[in-house]
Amino acid sequence: MDTRAAARRSFLLVFLCTLIGAIAQILTKQGTAQLGAGHITLGDVARHPTLFAGFCIGIITNFRLLCGYVLYGVMTFLMALALKGRELSRLFPIIALTYVWVTILSLFLLNEHMNFFRGIGIAFIVCGVSVLGLKR
Amino acid sequence: MHTPASSIVLVLFGSFIGSFGAVFLKLGAEHMQGSLSRILNNYWLAIGIALYLLSSVFYIMGVAQGQLTVLYPMVSLGYIWAILWARLFFKEPFTLSKIGGLLMIVFGVALINFGNA
Repeated sequence: MDTRAAARRSFLLVFLCTLIGAIAQILTKQGTAQLGAGHITLGDVARHPTLFAGFCIGIITNFRLLCGYVLYGVMTFLMALALKGRELSRLFPIIALTYVWVTILSLFLLNEHMNFFRGIGIAFIVCGVSVLGLKR
Repeated sequence: MHTPASSIVLVLFGSFIGSFGAVFLKLGAEHMQGSLSRILNNYWLAIGIALYLLSSVFYIMGVAQGQLTVLYPMVSLGYIWAILWARLFFKEPFTLSKIGGLLMIVFGVALINFGNA
């Protein structure tokens, strides 16, 4: 495989990873709704370690959450393939697309809403992540 | 639906733990050679994966309440830790693009929290 074809393959693989990651996020959020765990804070976890154990059992017995984990596993594998011996820096702008997909899918599938500040904030994050990998 | 501050704290805590997962994966990758049994016996990788799993539990606790459009972008703050640990443990220099990128991320996260209030 020549270098250009290899580079194109990496781009496509990472692009696919962003879509898989976004779908995993939606499944995770939907899974937590089914858990019905109620409101837990970090302080609650520190005071009651059994709460943490119970929550873990809740996770591994929830189909959507497990699917989310499986998708993350697949994504990690594909990402490793894409990055093998390749420059990570040029792929940051594609990786940042995940924030866009999660937002769009949340609006349509989770009936969340958008506002001006949220939109601009996400745009800044996408730009920020995109430039992280630059050389200088 | 308002996103509670406790959820934001849980997601940030999760990404903090996850940033150490990345450090151990990097250590594991540096010690990685060839055969599958070697990879399975690579305890750096095992610790890294365990930390990622631990961080995911806090993340899931966090997103159980509130909106994903607010909470998912908070994960990007994890890059702050990643860049800090890369400097501390792997001597990777701070660069202009890292600092500029981080400032944009922090500003973006601040705007999202402002939009949530």
